[in-house]
Amino acid sequence: MIALLAADLPYWAQTLLRILGGLVAVLLPAGTIVYLFLFKMMSFMQSRLGPMEAGPYGSMQLFAEVGKWLQKEDITPARADRVIFKIAPLVVLASTFLLVAVVPFGPDAWFTNFEAGVFYLLAVSSVSVLGILMAGWSSANKYSLLGGLRAAGQLIAYELPMVLAVIGVIIQAGTMNLQGIVVAQNGGEIFGWNGLGNPYILTQFTGFIIFMIAVQAELTQTPFDMPIAESELVSGYMTEYSGFRFLTFFIAEFATAGVFSLIASVLFLGGWGVPFAWFDWKSIDDVSDWMNVVGPLIMFTKMMVLAFVIMWVRFSYPRFREDQLQRFAWKVLIPISLVNIMITAILKVAF
Amino acid sequence: MIAADLLVAQNVGFGIISLLMIVAALRVVTVNNVVHAALWLVVVLSGAAAQYLLLSAEFVAITQVLVYVGAVMVLFLFGTMLTRARIGAESDLNNKNWALGIPVALLMLGVMSYVIIDGFGSERLIENPGDMEPIPVQVISDDIFGPYLLPFWALSFVLLVAVIGAIVLARKD
Repeated sequence: MIALLAADLPYWAQTLLRILGGLVAVLLPAGTIVYLFLFKMMSFMQSRLGPMEAGPYGSMQLFAEVGKWLQKEDITPARADRVIFKIAPLVVLASTFLLVAVVPFGPDAWFTNFEAGVFYLLAVSSVSVLGILMAGWSSANKYSLLGGLRAAGQLIAYELPMVLAVIGVIIQAGTMNLQGIVVAQNGGEIFGWNGLGNPYILTQFTGFIIFMIAVQAELTQTPFDMPIAESELVSGYMTEYSGFRFLTFFIAEFATAGVFSLIASVLFLGGWGVPFAWFDWKSIDDVSDWMNVVGPLIMFTKMMVLAFVIMWVRFSYPRFREDQLQRFAWKVLIPISLVNIMITAILKVAF
Repeated sequence: MIAADLLVAQNVGFGIISLLMIVAALRVVTVNNVVHAALWLVVVLSGAAAQYLLLSAEFVAITQVLVYVGAVMVLFLFGTMLTRARIGAESDLNNKNWALGIPVALLMLGVMSYVIIDGFGSERLIENPGDMEPIPVQVISDDIFGPYLLPFWALSFVLLVAVIGAIVLARKD
């Protein structure tokens, strides 16, 4: 869509379109995840109805929640570092928007087509740690500081298995460009049979599992929610935030869940594409224009499936202890992902 | 220089980002709070990444963000917050030898400028800056793992030694 229009639109219009597209790509998944999974699915898993009053089946509940948060007073603690306290939620949210910038939604529907897309994703996903540390420190509250430090320790630990799990995909696809990875999967074949393409979840299953565990930890969702463990730290680095600034953190949390699901579906599930053999497409240039409309829908479906898995795990498991959490990252996930890289590299050379 | 050679938007961007970086760099050494200084340093380092992007050095820019903003600065902040990170002004941050830093910095500037001007002079990377394209990552990796393989191995070895040293230092028994 965006690249199709780019040919005949002035620069400011392209920029405006990109900003609007980015807002939709970040906020729509966040809203859907919060309503469908956080409100409704959690309620059904706990044998209750969840929100029912606002709209049919409580479907307008999100607007009620946002309205509630917008009305609340914006409180800054008296001894807090005011400027940093106010910037911190924006840094976290900005990292989410930077992430979505390289996700391809169709053959021409992308915001930017970075050569080193995967590398960029891994780099900007670590920017949110800065925001969390800023929030924890500037609140002038020891629970917040502890939460911020725990979050930083956890995010650093789980970033490594995430990077290493993705390397397997990069080796197999032979490119770091996300569009290239999508094409490599849908144009690929399994032992000469190309009816399904070659989604990397089949060949890189270990990598996929490690990636999803690392995503769960990066999002600080239960079982990895030590940073906001409410029974010991009130709400971790978010303790002192109220009103709109809390809402920013909240949106960032679920928007990042959506964006990481999008990324995982690009890396492992074939992204926007359908197997190219179905329509006799040879390369990305043959792909029909209607994929620019169907592609985002396919992406959204895959995102919902992965977000469902993330939320399912979240509501099912108890919390890891801090030492178990660190040991799991360094002694289990990282060695397994290193072995995975080795095996992938050997097989790549062998075949 | 003829007008067609000038990349107006890029030059304006360079100016704005440089100004921001200079202000931030000055704030790093003048601000009286450790965490604030570290955060200003983040601005400087991200500014450097933005400058690399303007030179269409994508890979270097992303590496700059990944290594400096994502890892080094997070560890800096993590360390200071664990040990000494009071909110508000601190009085004892200045070392009494701080003035010595000025001649050292000027000397560094002189040496670096001399090396760059002597090494490249009026050479240009490409004839027409408008045609500048990002260098594919594969070319970079072919260079690192081709002609520069031996220095790469040496660096890896140094890093390995550092990691083992860190483990030895951290272990109490």
